[in-house]
Amino acid sequence: MSGPPVYTEFHPRWYRKRMGTLWWVHRPSYLLFALRELSCVFVAWFVIFLLLLIHAVGTGKRDYERFLDWAANPWVIAVNIITLLFVVLHAVTWFNLAPKAIVVRTRGSRVPSSFVAGTNYLAWAVVSVVLAWLVLRT
Amino acid sequence: MTDTITMQVSRYRPEQETRPTVQEYEVPLRPDWAVLDGLNHIKDHQDGTLSYRWSCRMGICGSCGMTVNGEPKLTCAAFLTDYEPGPVRVEPLSNFPVIRDLVVEIGDFLRKLPKVLPWIVRDTEKPTSEGEYLQTPEEQDAYKQYSMCINCMLCYSACPVYGLDPHFIGPAVIALAQRYNLDSRDQGAADRLDLLTHPDGVWGCTFVGECTRACPKGVDPAGAIQRYKLTAAMQSIKAFLLPRGSR
Repeated sequence: MSGPPVYTEFHPRWYRKRMGTLWWVHRPSYLLFALRELSCVFVAWFVIFLLLLIHAVGTGKRDYERFLDWAANPWVIAVNIITLLFVVLHAVTWFNLAPKAIVVRTRGSRVPSSFVAGTNYLAWAVVSVVLAWLVLRT
Repeated sequence: MTDTITMQVSRYRPEQETRPTVQEYEVPLRPDWAVLDGLNHIKDHQDGTLSYRWSCRMGICGSCGMTVNGEPKLTCAAFLTDYEPGPVRVEPLSNFPVIRDLVVEIGDFLRKLPKVLPWIVRDTEKPTSEGEYLQTPEEQDAYKQYSMCINCMLCYSACPVYGLDPHFIGPAVIALAQRYNLDSRDQGAADRLDLLTHPDGVWGCTFVGECTRACPKGVDPAGAIQRYKLTAAMQSIKAFLLPRGSR
């Protein structure tokens, strides 16, 4: 009871609580959501890194070696490790959410969520293995 | 086991205070008592000035939604023993203006709801002499989950998007639009399209997913919204690629 009520324009006596700037730290699920949204920045960084690599490969051997030296910098490695963690978070949360949007019905009943998510994970694994084989074969 | 539990109840009496305060009450702790029973005990035996909404006591009317220990809950379905040894903090639903104590202003939701035409829309009604619009169990199953919504607004309370931007039409309204869009008897999907694809419609949703976790009836509004995003995107592609007649 500190002083008279503050009147707002239309409904003078309704109490309106505003959400603070740090609303997303107060609940684990909100925090996970904020991290998932933030992960897009790191996905963009991987795209840029890949484009720089392709550019270096395209320009010639010396440029490629200079790129490798630069990529071996401790701070670049640190950034890339953090990026990898965020990209994994991005992929996992994305695949877990996929069954919400993709509702497949066969013979009158809904295909279970685990099957939709599982197919996504399987596709991820297959693509990763194929890429690893392409990159690592000598 | 103690025989009482402390309830910390948010009080807001606009004629005498500018912001909510907390008042503590001791209520009997009985295994069959929900938070709502505790509030009723306070109202009947300790403090008749406490204001809150309730009606059916069995999770059907959707009136008694409040924030219990920080989570949006139907107070008739939140048992006091689950919050042992207490205290149990009871506050009004978040994201809505508070009128008094635990009573929030729900006009915003009630104004948004009819905008999505949450009823069966027909281009032409067939005469009653031709009988009912029949539906197979599979066709009913396509929308049944969304028809369980009781308009309790817990999903609005859980949704940070609605909290930050009250123009967002919100989880329950979109789920109810989907309830009719997916009904084989309904022909109103095109009428609902403009509102749902408005920036304050499905595209306002950033998929936090809290609405689905808060829903006491298993409606899954977050799923309904994402499914509609897919529908809306396909609709846009069709509108772009196909001639008008074949959409």
